Amino acid sequence: MNLFLEAFQWIFTPVWTIVKTERTNDIVLRLGEHLGYTFASLIAATIIAVPIGYAIGHTGKGREIAVALSGAARALPSLGLLTILALTFGIARAPIAAVVVFLVLGVPSILAGAYAGLEAIDRRTIDAARAVGMTEWQILLRVEIPLGLPLLLGGVRNAALQIVATTTLAAYIGLGGLGVYIFEGLPIRNFTEMLGGAILIALLAVVLDGVFALLQNFAIPRGVTAGRVRIVRTSSSRTRAVAGTSAVPGRG
Amino acid sequence: MNWLLNNLPLVGTLSIEHILLSVPPVIIGFVVAIPLGWLAHRFRLTRGILLTIVGLLYTIPSLALLVILPPIIGVSVLSATNVIIALSIYAVALMVRSTTDALDSVDADIIQSATAVGYSSWRRFWLVEFPIAGPVLLAGIRVVAVSTVSLVTIGAFVGVRSLGYLFINGLQRSIPLEILSGIVMTVVIALVFDRLLVLLGRVLMPWTRAVKVSKHQERAVLTAEVTA
Repeated sequence: MNLFLEAFQWIFTPVWTIVKTERTNDIVLRLGEHLGYTFASLIAATIIAVPIGYAIGHTGKGREIAVALSGAARALPSLGLLTILALTFGIARAPIAAVVVFLVLGVPSILAGAYAGLEAIDRRTIDAARAVGMTEWQILLRVEIPLGLPLLLGGVRNAALQIVATTTLAAYIGLGGLGVYIFEGLPIRNFTEMLGGAILIALLAVVLDGVFALLQNFAIPRGVTAGRVRIVRTSSSRTRAVAGTSAVPGRG
Repeated sequence: MNWLLNNLPLVGTLSIEHILLSVPPVIIGFVVAIPLGWLAHRFRLTRGILLTIVGLLYTIPSLALLVILPPIIGVSVLSATNVIIALSIYAVALMVRSTTDALDSVDADIIQSATAVGYSSWRRFWLVEFPIAGPVLLAGIRVVAVSTVSLVTIGAFVGVRSLGYLFINGLQRSIPLEILSGIVMTVVIALVFDRLLVLLGRVLMPWTRAVKVSKHQERAVLTAEVTA
């Protein structure tokens, strides 16, 4: 436990780095890099995944492809992908390689969140929208997207977690981020620094998860409780086991 | 191509070491998650607590966990035990969620029928609820197996040999083929694990082919397959 005390001491002992003649706390600098990579990849992944996910959710076609895709993405070792891309892109374009790897990690969760969000909507709601004369676009924009927002955000939340954790590896190809402390400490067996860095990364992940949990709560449209989706496609009147709670594991 | 031809034995041994590191966490995850998943399924209080804890555990980045864990459990950072325990924690974290969803997916009518014909709750769990939850459990364990195989590579940083060694070595020596061999073998092992689990599922749950599973269980399977 002593090691933990030392690690916390390490965290609260500021180290200053000179960036463009300005003195910056090293941890703040690394945190900035870490968040920069995380959000750049997360936004890129969202831009790619959401339209595809909505297309699958709205038409009900292509789910199998999405399942196969997320399985394949899960099997790909991120470290392998990162090293091979860093090698082929070259040092100068290593940041692009990193963002590509992280966005590949994020796409499946967001895709799943997007289409599961649309699929979990009561069929009668959509039929009603069609009956009052809404066009397919209006149904998508005014009915499906607002109602599917909580699940979509669940997917984004999942992706954010994956990405923030994996961004640790960015330091391995010299791109900074909070992983720097782990990779600096490893070869010289500086456990205090490694542990301090590890704690910072874990804390960042937990905080980010909490922020997304809050966002998810705000995203529930008024008058709708996401957890209370009734089954209409089956004959039973019992509440559905999974679809309402989330398309997201580990956190509801 | 030269590198691969000269290093086939290395790739072979690393693959075997990789497999040996991947199997225990998957088994530990499955076994430990059964009682925990049952607790989360059965009681509202334990559900909230357990699902929050596993959710938090899962947020800890793997490399960070490999460093944080040793001082807590008293093993060396460089030991294979450290990697196996860290990956088991992730496996349990994922699997508790899946097990809970799986048990939730069992139709209440079935449970009532089983109670009505005289099953005790212990026998009802093992002979009725557990087998019927099977397909969702299988989907969960497949996710765990595939992600474990891919996570084992991170152990290479702390000196635990696996196919991850090829990534680090390949980058240092600038041999893309070496890294590629590592990626391909990792994906192959993951796919073989996945197929084996599907086959095991067919052998252990022959009824899933004959009887159509209920609609909401089908959804639960799908949810388990796409998430994580």
